Amino acid sequence: MVGIDWYLALSAVIFTIGMIGILIRRNAIVLFMCVELMLNAVNLSLVAFSAYHGDVTGQILVFFSLAVAAAEAVIGLAIILAIFRNNLSVDITKVNLLRW
Amino acid sequence: MELYSFIFLAVLAIASAVGMILTRNTVNSALLLVVNLLSVAGLYLVLQAQFLALIQILVYAGAIMVLFLFVIMLLNLDDEESFFDKLRVKYIVAFLLGAVIFSQIIYSIGGVTDLLPAISEEMQFAGTVEALGDVLYTEFLFAFEMTAILLTAAVVGAIMIAQYKKPNKGDS
Repeated sequence: MVGIDWYLALSAVIFTIGMIGILIRRNAIVLFMCVELMLNAVNLSLVAFSAYHGDVTGQILVFFSLAVAAAEAVIGLAIILAIFRNNLSVDITKVNLLRW
Repeated sequence: MELYSFIFLAVLAIASAVGMILTRNTVNSALLLVVNLLSVAGLYLVLQAQFLALIQILVYAGAIMVLFLFVIMLLNLDDEESFFDKLRVKYIVAFLLGAVIFSQIIYSIGGVTDLLPAISEEMQFAGTVEALGDVLYTEFLFAFEMTAILLTAAVVGAIMIAQYKKPNKGDS
């Protein structure tokens, strides 16, 4: 039997990999994929808690989190498209419109 | 059996996540993310959450990743200026920060390990569509309807943001 702590550790590893990805990459689309990775890691820990507590609420929460992730991906990619059209780049270091 | 599936899927998930953030090509990155999402769906199956595993494959690995691949195709990206060429200080700082946060999470997990429960008997039936739908359409009905509104707003917003505006002659 696998203990719940192993699931939580795996979730922590994936979350950290996603965070490192956000810190080192500069391509906006890859950054978005790293955000999806981190959301996914948290979903995994929610499902693990749900399974080990015998409570279905955690899975409902993952369901809503999936819906929010879909909405977030759609809006984010639309923003990236709009930036690309104005700027011809998805390199986030070259997007400095709001930087002072 | 459960242990072996867990180890196999966990190694697959971690390896594809590492590959995703290290590969230069954006399309390869997206495909490795699909591998990661599929292995997490497998872990959901190990945890007896069948409905969520299917939804994960359909919505995440299907719909969202196809959207990502379409945008990558539309933008026709060059490979990003690689961070392998010059290993600068900020990447080392990024890895150190990641290590710090990881050890914090592991520390807080280790602090409560004795209190964590064993896998429960009720979960035999809890992950099915019936069990989930039963709760979703009674207790969480309002949140469910709000999700519908959220998705509609997201679609309308995406169309508003991404549409191509023809420059009018009257505008300066």
